[in-house]
Amino acid sequence: MRDWFKSGAPWIWLNAGAAAISLIMVFGLIALIAVRGLSHFWPSPILETTVHHTDGTEERVLGELRNTEVVPVAVVAAMGIDFPEDQELVTRYLIQLGNRDLTGRDFAWFVGDLMDEWQFPDDALVLERTEWGNFYGYLLRVKEGDQVVGEGEAAWEELFPRVARAGDLRRQIHRIERFDIGAINTQMERIRLDERSLRARGETDPAAFERLRERRAELDQQYAVLEAERAELYERIARDFLVAESMDGREVTIPIANVVRAARPNTMSFFEKLGHYFDKFGEFVGGFPREANTEGGIFPAIFGTVMMVLLMSVVVTPLGVLAAIYLREYAKQGPFVQTIRISVNNLAGVPSIVFGVFGLGFFVYWVGGSIDDLFYPERLPAPTFGTPGLMWASLTLALLTLPVVIVATEEGLTRIPRSVREGSLALGATKAETLWRVIVPMAAPAMMTGLILAVARAAGEVAPLMLVGVVKLAPNLPVDGNFPFLHLERKFMHLGFHIYDVGFQSPNVEAARPLVYATALMLVFIIIVLNLTAIAIRNRLREKAKAVAE
Amino acid sequence: MNADVSTHAIDPSTMNKRRPGDTVRSLSRETPCFEVKNLDLYYGKDAALKNITMMVPAKRVTACIGPSGCGKSTLLRCFNRMNDLVDSCRIEGQILLDGANIYDKGIDVPELRRRVGMVFQKPNPFPKTIYENVAYGLRLQGVNNRAVLNEVVERSLKRAALWDEVKDRLNEPAFSLSGGQQQRLVIARAVAIEPEVLLLDEPCSALDPIATARIEELIDELTSEYTIVIVTHNMQQAARVSDYTAFMYLGELIEYDDTQLIFTNPKQQRTQDYVTGRFG
Repeated sequence: MRDWFKSGAPWIWLNAGAAAISLIMVFGLIALIAVRGLSHFWPSPILETTVHHTDGTEERVLGELRNTEVVPVAVVAAMGIDFPEDQELVTRYLIQLGNRDLTGRDFAWFVGDLMDEWQFPDDALVLERTEWGNFYGYLLRVKEGDQVVGEGEAAWEELFPRVARAGDLRRQIHRIERFDIGAINTQMERIRLDERSLRARGETDPAAFERLRERRAELDQQYAVLEAERAELYERIARDFLVAESMDGREVTIPIANVVRAARPNTMSFFEKLGHYFDKFGEFVGGFPREANTEGGIFPAIFGTVMMVLLMSVVVTPLGVLAAIYLREYAKQGPFVQTIRISVNNLAGVPSIVFGVFGLGFFVYWVGGSIDDLFYPERLPAPTFGTPGLMWASLTLALLTLPVVIVATEEGLTRIPRSVREGSLALGATKAETLWRVIVPMAAPAMMTGLILAVARAAGEVAPLMLVGVVKLAPNLPVDGNFPFLHLERKFMHLGFHIYDVGFQSPNVEAARPLVYATALMLVFIIIVLNLTAIAIRNRLREKAKAVAE
Repeated sequence: MNADVSTHAIDPSTMNKRRPGDTVRSLSRETPCFEVKNLDLYYGKDAALKNITMMVPAKRVTACIGPSGCGKSTLLRCFNRMNDLVDSCRIEGQILLDGANIYDKGIDVPELRRRVGMVFQKPNPFPKTIYENVAYGLRLQGVNNRAVLNEVVERSLKRAALWDEVKDRLNEPAFSLSGGQQQRLVIARAVAIEPEVLLLDEPCSALDPIATARIEELIDELTSEYTIVIVTHNMQQAARVSDYTAFMYLGELIEYDDTQLIFTNPKQQRTQDYVTGRFG
């Protein structure tokens, strides 16, 4: 035993053990998120059964199994169920019933002992709708206006192409509303502001107002055309209906315009399920959220997160690098610079919410308010920059991550051997030339390391963002086709905040849970991608500055 | 060096600097390049150089020898004001280059360093290509014409006897060269900007004998165009390459004369002891 200790083997075991545990935790975490998040998009079978409640009523249940729990009898005893004396545990199931518009409860727990045997009927229908969540039932017929075009099996054949048609029309409507009408609205708003600023300047020339009036009339005309187009599309999309029977025996008429996806999951083949899966996953990544963020996609949040991190990098890198160069190369080293250095390091330890408060007070209200006063007086009292927005969020995070970049850059600068500096100076280079031609390129990998750490920290930060620009639902992306294309003053969505919002602020927690996992997975994935990009750049820089230390 | 080496550790016949018919050289007949006058140098309160007065002759090789810590490198770094980089360093006295004190206030230090090039103890190429290393000094001066750069790079590398080895790989990183090649590269880099003086600070201490021999040959060839001051620990090297030798000890210039005299017939006992290996 003593020999074993002397041999040093225990240390190897200890170190390897620590490394192994860390790896297991990291991969376990990612695996958990991935499994929970990604499985959500897989179409699950629809089960049908009858529940015999203790009060003697029976309830037909149709839906998807979402969760299974084994709980002590005491938990469900309040329901008045009689269990045998010796039974301690009971299984209960969470079923997604859907049909929120009909029953008001789309998730429900049922005790296993009260359920009949489960069946998986072939023709059980699930509809994913633009509102009110999923619908579960049996398809009776498809109608065009009042006219029945298909019943029974024929109804299915009519249904799918009509759902696809409605999807196309919905996309067209979306395009008109978001882009075409959006552009006109932007121009209208500009005209309104022009008019206001003319008034404010005391412009008396009626010709100026006349020109604006003409522009407006022109836009009104364009708008009328689009409006007519849109009305026609709405009319066309409202053509079809489906009639289905819900589990409480009601016949429900649903406009196909509201149906995003229709499926018979119990009869789907593996490849159909795969297609369905990728369709839903694509919507999740590339689509806009619906139904208080609990349905649809998270594209605006992905976009906002990436946008904010990029803007932050653009701000923090030059600022941090320049500051570090000054501190290390130009400032006279002494107690004063040492104090500054310690302060910068400590700044990294300040809780991020404090930065958020500072960002709100300083950037948003003071800087933003001043910008509004100076440059956008015609919009007042409506704030332009004097309100939380993308730019302030990026600046706040840049401030938050500044210490990381400064410290890493200084570290890199100190590591550069004296001999290289002397070599450059001996050739008649000034200090600045030496810095920019030799030292900075050599320290570039260290700067990238700082940036990598900054990106990792910033992408995961939520608390300060809630104060300086992130919102639950942003109507517009910060980049669009309207001049000036990049709208830094807009509020934006962020994956971290989206997780919080969907998971904890949502009215429908059960429906949102898988989305929380999927969103978390997306956030982790984006951070990994951003980091890998930065690491790839750093490695290229390192390649260039290789073997300096030898 | 062992103490039991015979009186003359250096065989005068190895001194290849002597041309036939040369008699003993005399500093008084040389054209001065640098004139050092009563130079004192302090690191904080410690004097590293004490009252140095010497004349460095133009187009000759002057060697500085002496035990470690005697101040020979410090003296060398005074000639291109490299000591300016050391915060605690303070200098009194004068060094004249062409009659002007290089420690005057109005002196353009980068310009001085262009005239007085330096090669360091350890090769210190930049993390750039071979080509860009040599072109660096010219680019600093704003020369970006490719044709001019090509020509200077080739000429400098030839002068540093490196051209044949690297002409096919000019765009490879300088770090891909061996230590000896790197040292010749930094010499090429230094001569590319056509300095008047080359300061060599123990240029061969990190090199093997073959690379050392090449550098020594190179020094020999460069003498026709440059004033060279070389600091070395290797007395054979000082004897082989230099015309004049200065022996320093504890910050003082003990003896400074024709190399042959220093090694064969020194006036001072301490010089005698050092060159014969009795101490050091």
